Amino acid sequence: MRDRSFTPGRILIYLVVTLFAAAYLAPLAVVVLNSLRTNEEIAQGSMIGWPQHLAWGNYAKAWSGFCVAETCAGIRPYMLNSALVTIPATIISTLLGAVAGYAVSLWRFRGDNWIYGIVTLGLFLPQQMRLLPWTIVLRDIGLINTLTGLVLIHTIQGLSFTALFCRNYYVAIPHELIRAARIDGAGFFRIFWRIILPLSAPILIVTVIWQFTHIWNEFLYGVTFTTGQQQPVTAALIALSAAIADIPQHGVQSAAVIIAALPTLLIYLLGGRYFVRGLTAGAVK
Amino acid sequence: MTDAVSTATRAGRPVISDVVGRLPEYLMIWVPLLLSAAHLISFSLWTIWISFTPSTLVPVSGWVGLRNYTAVLASRNWQIAFDNLLLFGSAFVLLSLLTGLLLAILLDQRIRGENVLRSIFLYPLAVSFVVTGTVWSWLLNPGIGIQKLVHDLGWTSFRFDWLVDRDMAIWTIVIAAIWQSSGFAMALFLAGLRSVDADIIKAAQIDGAGPFRLYRRVILPTLWPITVTVIVVQLQFAISAFDLVRALTNGGPGIATQLPALVVYDLMFQRSQLGRGAAAAVLMLLILLAVLLPYAAWRYIQRRQAGHA
Repeated sequence: MRDRSFTPGRILIYLVVTLFAAAYLAPLAVVVLNSLRTNEEIAQGSMIGWPQHLAWGNYAKAWSGFCVAETCAGIRPYMLNSALVTIPATIISTLLGAVAGYAVSLWRFRGDNWIYGIVTLGLFLPQQMRLLPWTIVLRDIGLINTLTGLVLIHTIQGLSFTALFCRNYYVAIPHELIRAARIDGAGFFRIFWRIILPLSAPILIVTVIWQFTHIWNEFLYGVTFTTGQQQPVTAALIALSAAIADIPQHGVQSAAVIIAALPTLLIYLLGGRYFVRGLTAGAVK
Repeated sequence: MTDAVSTATRAGRPVISDVVGRLPEYLMIWVPLLLSAAHLISFSLWTIWISFTPSTLVPVSGWVGLRNYTAVLASRNWQIAFDNLLLFGSAFVLLSLLTGLLLAILLDQRIRGENVLRSIFLYPLAVSFVVTGTVWSWLLNPGIGIQKLVHDLGWTSFRFDWLVDRDMAIWTIVIAAIWQSSGFAMALFLAGLRSVDADIIKAAQIDGAGPFRLYRRVILPTLWPITVTVIVVQLQFAISAFDLVRALTNGGPGIATQLPALVVYDLMFQRSQLGRGAAAAVLMLLILLAVLLPYAAWRYIQRRQAGHA
């Protein structure tokens, strides 16, 4: 039954998967094509169509031209905001998660299972339970409506995921390795740098990809804790479509959507295998 | 499990210099973990407390009992949101489960180009819900999307206007959500299919089982633990769905596609009714617990059985 010959049954299989693949790719294709069509061209027909001539100007306008409220700087400042939140929060939460996962899995200390258990609750608790307290705390420490505030939130919240990923990876490392290093007089950090970190490349890649994708794509915190020029790109996209709802510029908007989605799509294309591993690891918990 | 550290340090009492020397590692381990654990516990309790106070624009102390809860539960906004959640949650979970399973079974037939196909089915997961919602709001908009295309092609009586139809609008969210995350179900199912014992399959084939019988009787029954996991993860997403709806319908037309997370946001940050907003958030948590607690119990029983076997 599992041969590679082309029986009618197998042709049917190829037909069905091709149809599905087309359906999954269609939205992307539509947006890419639209990003190259002029607004007038789209207004005459529909969103779904082939560009008559390539309107590359949409990208320039989306990147640094269009106006939201009074500012006309395009999507660039919001992309920068997202980068300035996502990159530090990804690096810090991954590093702290690696150390925490290492401590919990290989060193063990009193109460570690309790603390770790509570931290992993963060995977399940709805964000809505923390919106008001975060608002109050960020206001009190003067970080409301700042990128630093978002970095702080994503770092602390991200720790739930990063600690879980790293711990589950490190528990498989034999304790004898640590014991031998300790007998040689190596301490906590020395063992981490010399022994654990060199073994950690796969899990660190998984964690970084997961964190980057999640933080870049996050919307609720961005829209709740920042306004105007401080917003990440997800919130800015919503603000953009609201701002130009009367006179839609679908060509420019499509270009803006492509630009906003590009970082995570590129990461997916480059590290797909690790992306999927994070997905399944995050699910099985 | 005895560990390396405690046996080593218990030999002698730690002296002060030892503690000071190890301060950086204590800080690196404990501060982030404690901060994370403390904020999860205290913020949750804080929100629960606010839900029992008469807070409106700013949090105030005071006690109003369950008044915020009864007000939220009696509001049309919440009732519609809850009904929508039941419909959206069950339709989305069921359909994405079936889509994911179908795709996984098809990909498991040793077809050419499996890697490319798998990447295609999974790429929507890398995109934000805001992007997904925006793009689908264009495709499903009758004035510029699929309906307009079909009209332009000549079939002018064609109707596909769910986005602006009060009764059908919730299904647009189902469509977009399936597009975005059925790949997740596929990935888990495919991993499950690949881990089915080859000997069992071979034995069934020798017994003369055809492909359908093989799947129905032998392979699919091994997948049900994965099925439960997929259902729970997808339900978790459905219960807290916010970005996707915000970008696709923003709860409209009217309040036809309202969902709990939108009600919470609306009460907290648009109507400045913090007490009621907090109560709605706690209700969301309770809905989530109604899914997660049975799952946790099931996982616990499974592990114990596995331990005994």
